[in-house]
Amino acid sequence: MVKKTLIPIGPYHPLQEEPELFKLYCEGEIVKDIKWETGYNHRGIEQLSEKKTFDQSFFLVERICGICSTSHPFAFANALEEAGNIEIPNRAKYIRSIIGELERIHSHLLWVGLAGHFLGYNTVFMWAWKYREPVLDLFEMISGNRNSYAMFKVGGVRRDIENNKISEIVKVLDLVKRKTDMLVGAVMDDPVIHARTKGVGILTKQDIIDYAAVGPTARASGIAIDVRKDDPYAAYPLVNWKVITAEKGDVFAKAEVRLLEMYESISIIEQCLEGLKKEKEGEIEVKVKDIAEGWGTGHAEAPRGEVFHYVLTDGSNSPARHKIRAPSYTNIATFKKSCIGQTVSDATISLAAVDPCYCCTERMAVAYDHKTGKRILNGKELIALSAEKTQNIKNQL
Amino acid sequence: MNTDEFLKNIKDKFSADVLEVFKKWETRATVTIKPASLLPIAEYVFKDLDCRFIIATANHTKKGFEILYHFSKDNIGLIVNIHVILPVEKPEIESLSNMMSGANWIEREMHELYGIVFLNHPEPEKLISEGNWAEGVYPYRREFK
Repeated sequence: MVKKTLIPIGPYHPLQEEPELFKLYCEGEIVKDIKWETGYNHRGIEQLSEKKTFDQSFFLVERICGICSTSHPFAFANALEEAGNIEIPNRAKYIRSIIGELERIHSHLLWVGLAGHFLGYNTVFMWAWKYREPVLDLFEMISGNRNSYAMFKVGGVRRDIENNKISEIVKVLDLVKRKTDMLVGAVMDDPVIHARTKGVGILTKQDIIDYAAVGPTARASGIAIDVRKDDPYAAYPLVNWKVITAEKGDVFAKAEVRLLEMYESISIIEQCLEGLKKEKEGEIEVKVKDIAEGWGTGHAEAPRGEVFHYVLTDGSNSPARHKIRAPSYTNIATFKKSCIGQTVSDATISLAAVDPCYCCTERMAVAYDHKTGKRILNGKELIALSAEKTQNIKNQL
Repeated sequence: MNTDEFLKNIKDKFSADVLEVFKKWETRATVTIKPASLLPIAEYVFKDLDCRFIIATANHTKKGFEILYHFSKDNIGLIVNIHVILPVEKPEIESLSNMMSGANWIEREMHELYGIVFLNHPEPEKLISEGNWAEGVYPYRREFK
């Protein structure tokens, strides 16, 4: 009889915003089933939000995600402005899009680095994170914070991007563009990365529709959905850009979509900066006195996919009901399709491929024998197993 | 297909089950339906009208338990909310998870937070309160005076 092994991934890691536990049921090296547990740290944010004013809620929703911290305020602002029928000034629209796209760049760089680490390509990890730093520095220059920028409010943004800062942003974008070329060259042309990621963790179009997956996960399977295009908001209808898709649905396709999307983000920011020059400095908000009774369904395209906020308002200064759906909520569930039938050494990259806000590289997994309880592998060893597979492929070439 | 045609399709096909159609503007609409007809209507919206399931929102109001199933028709940017109201005494409704896996987690979550029962759910296990929450206590229920 084949020995069955349970591999728990999670639940705790200080870098994971929310603890979660994946149980991989394996026969030999092959993952046969996967179960997911969460709720270890259910913060009740939806109900907390009802106890706060709209302005306070922005700071609350900004803290849902540590990496893409602006995506929730973005969707929340869209929802409230829809409920209150508020039109914001063009300068605020440009600034919102610039923040959103800078965030996409740093988030995708973070993912590329982690994916490289999972595969045993630590140089990619070092490069990607090194060139993510200047983007975070830009955030510090613009907002005073490297993350959780507190830029959004109902009716506009809190801080202006003064025209004298534009040249500095352009300079960093040029650097990021050159380094993206380098990363694209390193990842897309490497035969070993092809061998490790092509045909691994495939999600078909039908899987995406069935699991309601969004963002780069969906676009890598040939489904061209992107809220920025489908239901345009902020400055996205004012600039030219295209939705990047790939057809294969494997890990390589997801990497391809993210890498190429960074060029689109850079282009969007450049156009927005040009737009800023045409608008008057300081015109960054409209004063909003109150939000009428009603409802708003705001969504925004975060780096990982659509963030969705539904806000029910009752004429008071706080939400009567606030529903939040982060993209990982639907994307994580696709593990059931992408991991089953894979080997354990491919499971790490398949799990990481949907970018589930998942910074836990080192302690991410410990393998126990499910009968004796004896430890078989720890997280480091599991990643070493993945790196070893890459090395074997390299040796064969 | 534009928003008006989209809404007309639902209204024509399920004239007996659709209670109200509210078009807020071109890209936002709510269709209130009888709870018993949720499955065929959701199936029509999901499969025939090619909508993407976004998520569902439950809420406890004076009317009862309200659920909004948010669907998106991406090519026209339309978000359509399928709205049902369930009585507080018997909050039961057919599960959509057998039709689309995307509804699996949110239905379990709504059950744990509001105590709404989803009939024929394929995996009626706890999602977020495994192991440490009291049975029969639903934290998002409200008290009305």
